[in-house]
Amino acid sequence: MADATHMDVSYIAHLARIHLAAGEAELFQGQLDQVLNYVEQLGELDLSNVEPTTRSTAAFEHPGVNVLRDDTPRPSLDHDAVIANAPAARDGQILVPKIME
Amino acid sequence: MAGLNTKTISELSGLLEQGRCTSVEIVNDVLAAMDERDGRIGAYLTVDRAAALVQAEAADKARAAGKKGVLLGIPLAIKDLLNVKGQPCTCSSKILEGYIAPYDATAIAKLREAGAVFLGRVNMDEFAMGSSTESSAFKKTRNPWNTDHVPGGSSGGSAASVAADEAIAALGSDTGGSIRQPAAFCGCVGLKPTYGMISRYGLTAFASSLDQIGPITKTVKDAAILLTAMVGKDPMDSTTVDLPVPDYSKDLTDDHSLKGMRLGLPKEYFVEGMDPEVETAVRNAIEHCKKLGAKIVDISLPHSKYAIAVYYIIATAEASANLARFDGIRYGLRKDGADPIELYGKTRAAGFGPEVKRRIILGTYVLSSGYYDAYYLRAQKVRTLIHNDFRAASAHCDAILAPVTPTPAYRIGEKTSDPLKMYLDDILTTPVNLAGICGLSVPCGFSKAGMPIGLQILGDSFMEPIILKVGHAYEQTTGWHERRPAN
Repeated sequence: MADATHMDVSYIAHLARIHLAAGEAELFQGQLDQVLNYVEQLGELDLSNVEPTTRSTAAFEHPGVNVLRDDTPRPSLDHDAVIANAPAARDGQILVPKIME
Repeated sequence: MAGLNTKTISELSGLLEQGRCTSVEIVNDVLAAMDERDGRIGAYLTVDRAAALVQAEAADKARAAGKKGVLLGIPLAIKDLLNVKGQPCTCSSKILEGYIAPYDATAIAKLREAGAVFLGRVNMDEFAMGSSTESSAFKKTRNPWNTDHVPGGSSGGSAASVAADEAIAALGSDTGGSIRQPAAFCGCVGLKPTYGMISRYGLTAFASSLDQIGPITKTVKDAAILLTAMVGKDPMDSTTVDLPVPDYSKDLTDDHSLKGMRLGLPKEYFVEGMDPEVETAVRNAIEHCKKLGAKIVDISLPHSKYAIAVYYIIATAEASANLARFDGIRYGLRKDGADPIELYGKTRAAGFGPEVKRRIILGTYVLSSGYYDAYYLRAQKVRTLIHNDFRAASAHCDAILAPVTPTPAYRIGEKTSDPLKMYLDDILTTPVNLAGICGLSVPCGFSKAGMPIGLQILGDSFMEPIILKVGHAYEQTTGWHERRPAN
């Protein structure tokens, strides 16, 4: 495991699917190491008996009950308006790159 | 009647009701103000004049046919991350350049039903990531009080448009202070409602456990009017809470007494390094509330100092997941590659600006295998402590008074080279989002250099009526909100 306050920016950028330009990895490295050093202060707290908060409204919900909307049909988005936003389309369908040989 | 653009929602709704002006006249005055000054201010990304006038005419016709409503015919500026059907929605990012919203956000649909007019799209930090609107891919927005200064962010265009009278009011979104901070920097009122109050369906997601939509206005009453129009349970956003919806503006009367109100002063919010002019203005505001009858109590929010660290872990983690949808496949920019992986990488490299890339990378890292417990889980636990601080404080006070920002608006370019330094300025606003409670920013004075200063009024979850009452009483008995920049 690498040093916790030093990330491999190029590898993480690959995981995030962002190609970094020349110089960008070095720039982000310095800036993000600074941020990671800063957040290290959370290590000084004893959290052994603390539950994590995923959302602040949990207290207003019924425990163990999922929030679902009624399963009723409704109109979908306007097809032409959606396709008009696609970077490439043919015959009313979005064109995507081939994923299999 | 000239200068309708300088008036408030409640003033204009009175004039419209009495037949003393029309929505078309209001929109024309707003458009004239844009022509005159938006070249200098840069609040708007796009304005659809013809569509705004069509909406205004429809509102006037509806009124003539008997329709009523406080928002009927009122023109609003919309932050560029809320979907308004048929209008661009770019989030100030190149990755969404040319995107036209195919549907209305729920908040927009409710305002449309109420007869509001949508003027156009206002600038913001790219995907709401920033505190100065400088990370917009398209343009700089300037502070109407001094155009060498930033308007704040990320809802900088919203606040600038209202301060410059280029809109009657505006919508923004607040993930870590993005409504309250620009409102404070531009001398406006900004409300971050309780998490769960307003549906985020149609709001481009940044950090889903923190994001809330809210108004930026000229008065507290106007903020209450817009809040009333937008709240409510929505099947399209499972986090919305099913509670009765009162008219939040009803209790904002001429009775400005705060007798019986306990207002807490958190000692941790008067931080070292705070600008003395901000501290003085806020302390004067506290004295003023005392004169109105409030009892001031000292409180402690001991985990406040961890808020920035917690916020920049949780917000970036959630952003890294939310922004995965911008991959060049279904909408927006596409840069072709030899295979899909290369296409994603090239598209996102070309489409995102540096701040968005930094945050996605940080968020990916804190969620990555081996680091999840050390960063994300730990941050969620400290989030619990921050929330508990507010719960404990609510036993001793009805609302909390604090500054919004450590300094007034700074100069454009002053902080762009040091991201951490800019993050640290969010120390007084991020705890509110982490706890999910509500917060209001109201003008409380000016620096010697003439820049506005904001007072923050915080309330427990769903205690909007209390913070609005305090804000309204303070505002109406001080009059800071009546000062306008020299346009």
